[in-house]
Amino acid sequence: MIGRRRAIRLGMPIVVVVGATALVALMITMAGYDAGAAMAAALDGAFGGSFAILSATLKRTTPLLLLGVAVAAAFRAGVLNIGAEGQFLAGAAAAVAVGLYTPVDSAAVTLLLELGAAVVAGAAWSGIAAFLKLRFGITEVVSTLLLNFVALNGVGYLVRGPLQEPTRAFPMTSELATGARLPLLMEGQRLHWGFVLALAVAVGAWWVFDHTAAGFRARIVGVGRRAAESAGLVAVNRVQMSALLASGAIAGIAGFCEVTGVTYALFEGLSPGYGYTAIGVALLGKLHPIGIIAAAVFFGALGSGADAMQRNAGIPAEFASVLAAMVVLGVLAIPAAQAASPGSLRVTDAP
Amino acid sequence: MTPLDGFLEAAVRGATPLAFAALGELVAERSGVINIGLEGAIICGALASFIAAAAFGPATGLLAGGAAGLVVGLIFAFFVLAVRAEQILVGAAVSMLGLGASATLYRLVTANGPAIAHVPTLPALRIPVLADIPVFGHALFFQPATTYLLYLLFPIASFLLYRTVGGIALRAAGESPSAVTAAGHSSLRMQFAALCVCGFLAGVGGATLVVVQAGTFSDGMSAGRGFIAIAVVALGRWKPAGVAIGALLFGAAAALQFLSQSLGWSIPYNVVLAAPYIMTLAALALFRGSHAAPAALGRSLDGSVSPIR
Repeated sequence: MIGRRRAIRLGMPIVVVVGATALVALMITMAGYDAGAAMAAALDGAFGGSFAILSATLKRTTPLLLLGVAVAAAFRAGVLNIGAEGQFLAGAAAAVAVGLYTPVDSAAVTLLLELGAAVVAGAAWSGIAAFLKLRFGITEVVSTLLLNFVALNGVGYLVRGPLQEPTRAFPMTSELATGARLPLLMEGQRLHWGFVLALAVAVGAWWVFDHTAAGFRARIVGVGRRAAESAGLVAVNRVQMSALLASGAIAGIAGFCEVTGVTYALFEGLSPGYGYTAIGVALLGKLHPIGIIAAAVFFGALGSGADAMQRNAGIPAEFASVLAAMVVLGVLAIPAAQAASPGSLRVTDAP
Repeated sequence: MTPLDGFLEAAVRGATPLAFAALGELVAERSGVINIGLEGAIICGALASFIAAAAFGPATGLLAGGAAGLVVGLIFAFFVLAVRAEQILVGAAVSMLGLGASATLYRLVTANGPAIAHVPTLPALRIPVLADIPVFGHALFFQPATTYLLYLLFPIASFLLYRTVGGIALRAAGESPSAVTAAGHSSLRMQFAALCVCGFLAGVGGATLVVVQAGTFSDGMSAGRGFIAIAVVALGRWKPAGVAIGALLFGAAAALQFLSQSLGWSIPYNVVLAAPYIMTLAALALFRGSHAAPAALGRSLDGSVSPIR
């Protein structure tokens, strides 16, 4: 049986989602559309039938889930990694580079090499921020944010230069060969094995967060850096930097899944801001992997539902991005709403 | 006009929206708050100025842009100062909100109203004598009025921040909120004022994209300028003069593609675009220990730096 406080804590995100949805429905009505038709079209587009669920919603869920776990891995240790976007692109670029030039016939080996390259590239990209923090004291908020734009331009350079497709007509790479692609989960659907990998990563993260010493150390540091330091419990810097590297590595996996499972090529517009949406995914999931799975499905469904809403009901899909932002703001306001409840975890780190 | 003239002119033109936004961000950060929601204020400012300029002309457009930016700034301020949510995360959400809301409103405006393709833009004004200064005279003194407004705003901001009680209290809020309280001022009030200024200036910056440069609106036309402005503030070492130079450097990087095209250079354009970000990181690394960043920057009001509750 779960206690009352715990029930409130777990229920809050749902309240936020419902409240934000109601507000957006009100806006849709005020804009002169039929909110009921909008909801029906969106729900149908997101969950109406196997194609909607597998080929639209869960396909979109995959990168959001991995990136949400990546963001949470850093946030839990008190590291504000807002560079998941850049680490995703680094992973994607490395996976494509390896996939295009690996002279191996075995698909399994090629995929493993791509995955390894993506993990290393993602971790290396966040590693730059870790290095800048340790060596020069540059806050990771600024460095990871700036590195996103370096990564975006890095991809732009690669697809117009060294990795451009042979005709040199388009700013993109050639398509990966079949053996360098993640297989589809089932015939006739667009969902690929990356989704299973993402679920495995989330469950693995759950185990690490909740059942290992490393996860516990990260949480101590995240809750109160100074307390952890002065109590001599943990090497704060090492814990935070490991969390940042792990975060980058997981974001790299997301990049790998997207290029080998969905686009099969690298180009500049690869991510429609997944790395930023993932911040919302992680927060809505309360930084817990299981919550993040649910949050990623929600954001994935929001995307596919919005498309259907525009296509079938003629209502601008942009309303969905307003809803997404309102959900994130609402989730951020939860601690204030809970401040009255006793025993809430609010450790301050007074200067 | 030589390629160099064109380059310098484009550099100043590209720096203008950035300089407005970065000046606002400077004020916010000096009060101790990083506003990553700047992107949302810029794009909402751009949309508001587009709608207002279509009806009442470019000058009204600028004001409407500032007003819209102010509204976005107030939303940010509410969540950071009243709700006391983590400022970086609120900023990210406010950017999302601004981008989403502006795209939605634009869709509604174009679907329900008369089609507006273009709005009038502010003309470039030539300042006699000064515009004849060799090399940079043309670039600096043959610009729209908004650029000249910046020439005034930066010294004014500098004076206000360093020479007035309010400005000193504002900067003190960014260094040591408890000292501000001890001196009988409210750091909360300082930060609120700073965030209002920040939102308004970012909105004006967004408006210049429409009523000075493009003459039209398109989704996401802020194109990451809110984030660039944060880099500009860091590159400018949190000082008005530095921020002005930082904005020019980013403007120059964006303009370099025109120069390299006309001169036939083969610098990859993405490398040029990435350069200012790398320069900013390098500058942060080089000048470490000089304590240029406000000491309490990014810290929430209860003094904690941890984002997780």
